[in-house]
Amino acid sequence: MTTARDVVITGLGATTPLGGDVASTWAAALAGTSGARTLENDWADKYQIPVSFAAQLAVTPDQVMPRPEIKRMDPSAQYAVIATREAWADAGAPEVAPERLGAVVSSGIGGIWTTLDAWDTLQEKGARRVLPMTVPMLMPNSPAAYVELELGARAGAHALVSACASGAEAIGYAVEMIRSGRADVVVAGGTEAAIHPMPIAAFAASRTLSLRNDDPQGASRPYDVKRDGFVLGEGAGIVVLESAEHAAARGATVHARIPGVGLSSDGYHMTSPEPEGRGQIAAMTAALAEADVAAKDVVHVNAHATSTVVGDLIEARSVRGVLGADADHVALSATKSMTGHLLGGAGALETIFTVLALRDRKAPPTINVDEPDPELVLDLVRSTPRDLPAGQIAAVNNSFGFGGHNVALVVTSA
Amino acid sequence: MAYSEQEILTGLAEIVSEETGLPTDSVSPEKSFTDDLDIDSLSMMTIVTLAEEKFSVRIPDDEVKNLTTVGDAVSYINGAQG
Repeated sequence: MTTARDVVITGLGATTPLGGDVASTWAAALAGTSGARTLENDWADKYQIPVSFAAQLAVTPDQVMPRPEIKRMDPSAQYAVIATREAWADAGAPEVAPERLGAVVSSGIGGIWTTLDAWDTLQEKGARRVLPMTVPMLMPNSPAAYVELELGARAGAHALVSACASGAEAIGYAVEMIRSGRADVVVAGGTEAAIHPMPIAAFAASRTLSLRNDDPQGASRPYDVKRDGFVLGEGAGIVVLESAEHAAARGATVHARIPGVGLSSDGYHMTSPEPEGRGQIAAMTAALAEADVAAKDVVHVNAHATSTVVGDLIEARSVRGVLGADADHVALSATKSMTGHLLGGAGALETIFTVLALRDRKAPPTINVDEPDPELVLDLVRSTPRDLPAGQIAAVNNSFGFGGHNVALVVTSA
Repeated sequence: MAYSEQEILTGLAEIVSEETGLPTDSVSPEKSFTDDLDIDSLSMMTIVTLAEEKFSVRIPDDEVKNLTTVGDAVSYINGAQG
């Protein structure tokens, strides 16, 4: 039963390693395409970095954005603004009072290119050469601020940071803004631009990246027995959220609904998920309860699954723990097998994938799973998309981050 | 090596064009940075920083407020060359 403050999704935008917009990204995902490539630079040799590949954007900002804009935004903000323009147009550029329009855009890492470029300039040329826009470009709220400025939003601009859960947490907070009556329309999502030698070296140092340099496209393989870590990706996903009442009044096309948001923290370890999955289970349970969705109605899960040895299985057991026997009819997809890991952008892009899966009734594939881990207790969608049932259906999108942040979003069909 | 006034104008127009997106031929000596070219204080400081590097000159903050037009900036940079 729909109520006025129910939250619907009316716009989608993205720029990803699979495509420069949502349509091309989704088509590539359904086709089982990998966005990972060997990096065309000398970082691995120059800095002795053990990883020589990543999933870089399919369409670079200079192809779609005027140069003065590029110069005053960190790449993380560029990606967010590009995705915002698509999402806003997809929503039909809703007429909304500025005071009723919000922006919530997160990045897990922040303006790392700007930070390190400015440090290089300072060291090489001195303080007089550091550009005045450095701080507005490097601050972690910069993408949210640029989106707010782009749309003239006045209901609030926020940048929640929770590592690889950031994009999903941003959407969760935006849902709350609409439910609580602070806004009628909120543009929300996540972005990341951290394919820079320093973060690659640092992630490699933490032993979380795949080292499959001889096969970049086969490197991200969630739930495969030979998985050895995640593939660093980049990009942004942005959605337009709207109160059901506002969307109905203007006759907007509703892609899907977000009736449940579940948040928890592990309180356990900085980088390792709690082995019993208590925090993950708590987040999913809370989201389903809030959505009033029964386990039997969940037909699809877009897993956080980054392709790490330990993390993937903890999540699968958590999903089984929440859904019980009803997990048998869940089509599990791990789209990071294709996109790589967008860090702060991941939860938002995967929310978009979840919305599209429900809208088109197709769960996207999980590529590179040559031999599923025998401990996987769920039905993984492998090389080709899986049809989802007709009627009212629900899905869960999980996102977890360093620090023990857990976010589960329940998405239901329009 | 000193730059000629024309070289300074051309170089400055390139910097302003990169910052604002305006075509370089619209950055002519009589144009006011604020009134004609719509350049705010942060953009002006970016232009100053880039011009200092390009022309190897120093433009003190106290001088920037006196640089009303593009021509003012060209004259200052020309005079400040070592």
